[in-house]
Amino acid sequence: MTDPLLKVENLKKYYPVKNGILGKVTETVRAVDGVSFSVNEGETLGIVGESGCGKSTTGRMIMRLIEPTEGKVTFEGKEVLNLSRQEMRRLRKDIQMIFQDPYASLNPRHTVGRIIEEPMIVHRLGNRKERKQRVEELLELVGLSAYHAKRYPHQFSGGQRQRIGIARALAVRPKLIIADEPVSALDVSVQSQVLNLLQDLQEKFHLTYIFIAHDLSVVRHISNRVGVMYLGKMVEISDSETLYEHPQHPYTKALMSAVPIPDPDNKTERIILPGDVPSPAHPPEGCTFHDRCPFAMDICKMERPRLKKMEDGRLVACHLFDDRQTADVAGQ
Amino acid sequence: MNRSILQVEGLKTSFFTDDGEVPAVDGVDFSVEEGEILGIVGESGCGKSVTSLSIMGLLPSPPGKIVGGHIYYKGKDISHAKEAVMRKLRGNEISMIFQEPMTSLNPVFTIGDQLIEAIRLHNRLPKKELVSRAIELLKLVGLPRAKEMLSQYPHELSGGMRQRVMIAMAMSCNPKVLIADEPTTALDVTIQAQILDLMVRLNRETKTAILLITHDLGVVAQVCKRVVVMYAGKVVEEGKVKDIFNHPKHPYTEGLIRSIPDLRSKKARLYSIKGSVPKPGTIKKGCLFAPRCEYVMDQCREREPELTGTGHKSRCFLSHDRLERSSAYD
Repeated sequence: MTDPLLKVENLKKYYPVKNGILGKVTETVRAVDGVSFSVNEGETLGIVGESGCGKSTTGRMIMRLIEPTEGKVTFEGKEVLNLSRQEMRRLRKDIQMIFQDPYASLNPRHTVGRIIEEPMIVHRLGNRKERKQRVEELLELVGLSAYHAKRYPHQFSGGQRQRIGIARALAVRPKLIIADEPVSALDVSVQSQVLNLLQDLQEKFHLTYIFIAHDLSVVRHISNRVGVMYLGKMVEISDSETLYEHPQHPYTKALMSAVPIPDPDNKTERIILPGDVPSPAHPPEGCTFHDRCPFAMDICKMERPRLKKMEDGRLVACHLFDDRQTADVAGQ
Repeated sequence: MNRSILQVEGLKTSFFTDDGEVPAVDGVDFSVEEGEILGIVGESGCGKSVTSLSIMGLLPSPPGKIVGGHIYYKGKDISHAKEAVMRKLRGNEISMIFQEPMTSLNPVFTIGDQLIEAIRLHNRLPKKELVSRAIELLKLVGLPRAKEMLSQYPHELSGGMRQRVMIAMAMSCNPKVLIADEPTTALDVTIQAQILDLMVRLNRETKTAILLITHDLGVVAQVCKRVVVMYAGKVVEEGKVKDIFNHPKHPYTEGLIRSIPDLRSKKARLYSIKGSVPKPGTIKKGCLFAPRCEYVMDQCREREPELTGTGHKSRCFLSHDRLERSSAYD
């Protein structure tokens, strides 16, 4: 077994909340609280969760766009968090990002050609002529035309802008692309075009993706493995087939059952969770999900469950699976 | 037999801008029956929100204007009704909830102030009764600690709770029709499930008809009995949800359904409709979907098809059921 391309261990991001004239730290918001996972070369790892679960923060911490409070990130054997600014910049050639909002992530005063060329200038790739040629190549690659290089972002639709964002990410031939909600601002018919493009590019260039999204159906479609986050923690990670066919963690189950299925004959029983996601500044003691969990036991209020490996290889953080017997109860 | 309570006939709404007239809604027909949940589904720019604003008389005017057609509420045309008439209608008869519950609540007034104001405008009741009615409404929409909530401000509530408050406000005068414009789009899935559940329950208990406007076909399949599919300012298909999802007649509807990734099984590749939605008014001749349609024929580029059929209507020259042909692609 080869080493994974990216390994994330016990990653944390705490934000202090300061109050009063002395700026005393009164509480801490645990945006990401001990997340570990690895990504193998050529695969797509999906990260799903609801707003505020820390999925985007996790993605940004890998690129050090947000500096982690604690933890370890290893990319191709290098410890990312120990790199200097310069070394980090060099690493960003290998790790690129695609953002959610194609309106906000492109500079409105630059032409599309300049936007796509910029990462190549930063990383000193090729001379002017080569770069220009590469821009045209990239535009064709993402389904636009070479003459679009002279236009400005406002002249494009949302889907086309997302294609420009993808072209920019590809410009420096990265190995890993972190896509943070890349299709959630797009209409269904355009969303499927962009998803197909991402899949084609992955095949063509042997890319590795971390695909962060809140839409469970989209994540299933594109991912080989999926991690589910709740309140700053990973609650279940597994290959996507196993996860979607037989979700184990009560949160994963509820989350999946809540997704409206576009089929009026669908008979799946919906599990409606009571209440809202608690504030990450005051997470419940023990398992952070216990106050909404239909299977909560006494131990859940006291002890935080750890991610444990199950027989089928998946990782679940839930006390229900501390021994087999309880696992059957929850398996319905 | 169900009676229709709200009828929209040939509605045309345009925006008059510096670049000329932009037809946002271009001849829309449908009717809402008493006590039903009707869905309007379509992508951004299809005119679904403008349709609902036209019904409520809430179009920003200028630049928006109803330039043709009729809107009948209980048989009376309200498409050009006076503001005083509309004000009586809004809240009492037809009310509306919006996508973003934060921007529809006033941040400097408490929930109680705003809810009581809504009730008081329509029913002159003594203060004590107003308060108890407000508490009753908050309980109706499933909010615990209703009494304490009256003195809370919008920012103290979560998105889901705010949307519940908006629904309570909309239901305060027992309207006959509730127009819900993307009511769950800004919410997380688990909260969306709670709100949809609430809307279905209210519909059943109060017999209020709901016109649910959404871009999410999943929500439509789960909540609605009938659905209207809109594309570029026109209705392209209308019928029972079961018929439309199982046997879509219009290529656009079919394409939309096939574009959605399925939670229950993995497809190797998603179907995608080529191109994107045309800007309003740019297609002058023929079927609006023709440039993106994979079944396009010569006549589609020449003249526009009518919305035809009984029960299950479609605006397409191909009247036969294409489902068998489409399944070959999956």
